[in-house]
Amino acid sequence: MAIAILIAALAGATVVLFYQPRWWLPDAISAHARAYDSQLSLTLCVVGLIFVFSQGLLAWVVFRYRDRGQAASPSGGNHKLELVWISVTAVVFVGLAVTGQGIWAAVQMGASDPRALRVEVMAKQFAWSYRYAGQDGAFGRVDIRQIDDSGGNPFGIDSRDTQGADDITAPLLRVPAGRPVELLLRSRDVIHNFFVRELRLKQDVVPGMTIPLRFTAEKTGTYEVPCSELCGLGHHQMRSALVVMTPEAFEEWLQEARRP
Amino acid sequence: MTIFSTDHKVIGKQYMGLALFSVLLGMVLSLVMRFHLVHPDAKVRLFGALWPDGAPGGQMTPELYLSLMTMHGTIMVFFVLSTAPQSGFGNYFLPLQIGAHDMAFPVLNMLSFWTTTASLLTLLAAFFVEGGGPLSGWTAYPPLSALGKITGPGQGLGQDLWLAAIVLFCTASLMGAINFIVTVIELRAPDMGYFDMPLTCWGWFVTALISLFAFAVLVAGGLLLLLDRTAGTSFFIPGGLIVSDQIQGRSGGSPLLYQHLFWFFGHPEVYIAILPGMGLISTVLSVFSGKKVFGYKAMAMAMLAIGVLGFAVWGHHMFTSGMSPYSSIAFSVLTLAVGVPSAVKTFNWVGTLWGGRLRFTAAMHYALGFVSLFITGGITGLVLGQPGLDIYFHDTYFVVAHFHLIMGVAAIFAIFAGLHYWFPHMYGRFLHEGMGKVHFYLTFVGVYALFVPLHFAGFAGNPRRYPDFKEYEFLQPLLPLHVGVTHAAYFLAAVQLIFLANYFWSKRRGALAPGNPWGASTREWRDD
Repeated sequence: MAIAILIAALAGATVVLFYQPRWWLPDAISAHARAYDSQLSLTLCVVGLIFVFSQGLLAWVVFRYRDRGQAASPSGGNHKLELVWISVTAVVFVGLAVTGQGIWAAVQMGASDPRALRVEVMAKQFAWSYRYAGQDGAFGRVDIRQIDDSGGNPFGIDSRDTQGADDITAPLLRVPAGRPVELLLRSRDVIHNFFVRELRLKQDVVPGMTIPLRFTAEKTGTYEVPCSELCGLGHHQMRSALVVMTPEAFEEWLQEARRP
Repeated sequence: MTIFSTDHKVIGKQYMGLALFSVLLGMVLSLVMRFHLVHPDAKVRLFGALWPDGAPGGQMTPELYLSLMTMHGTIMVFFVLSTAPQSGFGNYFLPLQIGAHDMAFPVLNMLSFWTTTASLLTLLAAFFVEGGGPLSGWTAYPPLSALGKITGPGQGLGQDLWLAAIVLFCTASLMGAINFIVTVIELRAPDMGYFDMPLTCWGWFVTALISLFAFAVLVAGGLLLLLDRTAGTSFFIPGGLIVSDQIQGRSGGSPLLYQHLFWFFGHPEVYIAILPGMGLISTVLSVFSGKKVFGYKAMAMAMLAIGVLGFAVWGHHMFTSGMSPYSSIAFSVLTLAVGVPSAVKTFNWVGTLWGGRLRFTAAMHYALGFVSLFITGGITGLVLGQPGLDIYFHDTYFVVAHFHLIMGVAAIFAIFAGLHYWFPHMYGRFLHEGMGKVHFYLTFVGVYALFVPLHFAGFAGNPRRYPDFKEYEFLQPLLPLHVGVTHAAYFLAAVQLIFLANYFWSKRRGALAPGNPWGASTREWRDD
């Protein structure tokens, strides 16, 4: 009896907390992130309905069949009912899986946009660096033996390759609003993770692999990038930021940075 | 009662004792972590005394926090959740419920318990070695875990011992799995077919099958990682690495290969923890409803389905890993499909209650709590199973809340239900019913108060495995939430004292139990 009330009360309290949450996702800043939010809302509605239905049913059954001296039913099952809930849950669960693939495919399987701004990202214990191509639009070769963090060459840009001479290396990721961006993520030691909450994007950065990550940010601002894969004792301090600028401000910054 | 006993009942109790010790230790570690998260600058003399290097002057270092976290996860997953429901209850009650005199291989049984003990001692030793305890988490992803001291503190001997402990644990579990499987196949009473076994036996049987295939793969992954660390191989280490400004002369390995091996074990591990509990809950609900289990055959088949499908969904732990996005789609559909047999179980539990005459014993309370928590923890799997949605929540507190509810707390509620239900058999006395119910109510409320709010840290994008939240602006508004969660953790830990008091008091002073106190029909309660 008391437990029926308690189950209902705790389920109710959970629903109330979710109805007006004090902590939530930050505002979306890309079309992908908005599509993400609508799939999340759909899923949370389904989850909420199932939650209320099953907790409510549990509480009600416990209340209804508490010991009042009645005789227990001899039933040991019901095939038809069994089939009903197998089919209903199968349709709902697999249906969610299928509807959710759209946002995944859009972000992971899209072709590389030739107009995209390409930025190389290098992660190491416990810092991020970003590299932009110079005036020539090409990245210079790299040579890991030339990596020199204190000398301003975290990528190991090869001094023998003239294409690399004008490459720009920066500690923050600056991108223009409205233009597609393609990051090429690399790590030189352990696994790290590049996470921008406002873009609803998170990608492991795995040594030995170059992993592309594509997005188009629409709203200017500075967005924190927390490392989200345990990488050692400085993991929680491996902070970076995505700075989305107006296209004009970005061009200005790029020109400034290219000046030797 | 001899220490090196081959008697299945003694071994079952020994496993329970080991799990009880482990769960208390794991809980204390979690309290220290929760304390540190809300008081990151506190100087605590006790910490300084316990870990002179990890907490100089009582100020906890990030590496100590991460090693506490690694130990908490490892102890809870292996030595509590994989131990108590299967090796503890299973060893004691499986032979009794199928009419056997003992397990099929009693000496192997003893050996597997003592190998598990050796594994635990090896793991605990890792806390006190030079360089500190291992800090790569219970998942120990390479290259962080593979390159040795150069990647930071805790990556020396501590990590080696951690791996040795895992390999020992796998070995012990494989011995146990073979024993359970052979016992079920060979030693069932002549009049007992597979579909005459109680669902508890189905739970242990399917869990043993899962263990056999899962631990066999983990032991391979663990040994290869150990070789990478000690023998200069490069199974998981790619070329061209620079760590602490030094070029590493390794090449050819794949960090993702380890993740595939680990999660091929790691996901079925969830079912190793929960399936024995599912079987037990079915029994408890049926006994205290005065009814047969609703859809017995469907329940057994659902366990088998979970066991089989459970091996085809490991990739959902790797949606952000960089593996092929195409395989993510397959893993996603299979993951949500594995929710179907889980839902079947839930509805059949409700069906078992339906039309019954419910007796609210303490064991029944925990069983009902289990069903409620199973729903609450399981349902967020619908969010995490979609790769597009998972990438935001991956490695945030949302995941922490999800798996603590479904794998941790639900499984532990099943253990509490089992203890109240079987204590009269194990010790001839009842656990105190009143104390049991008080403990249930406080624990149930505490669990909801702790883990439901924790989801919101995940919604805000709060990464897990951070020793403090000082570095980020977006984490500052979450501090009141973390304070609340920490207080809930204190409360939850404190009320466990009621259980401990009940356990030790009842063992000696509890009311004497008659032969079949609950009016159950399974064989362990018969006089023969």
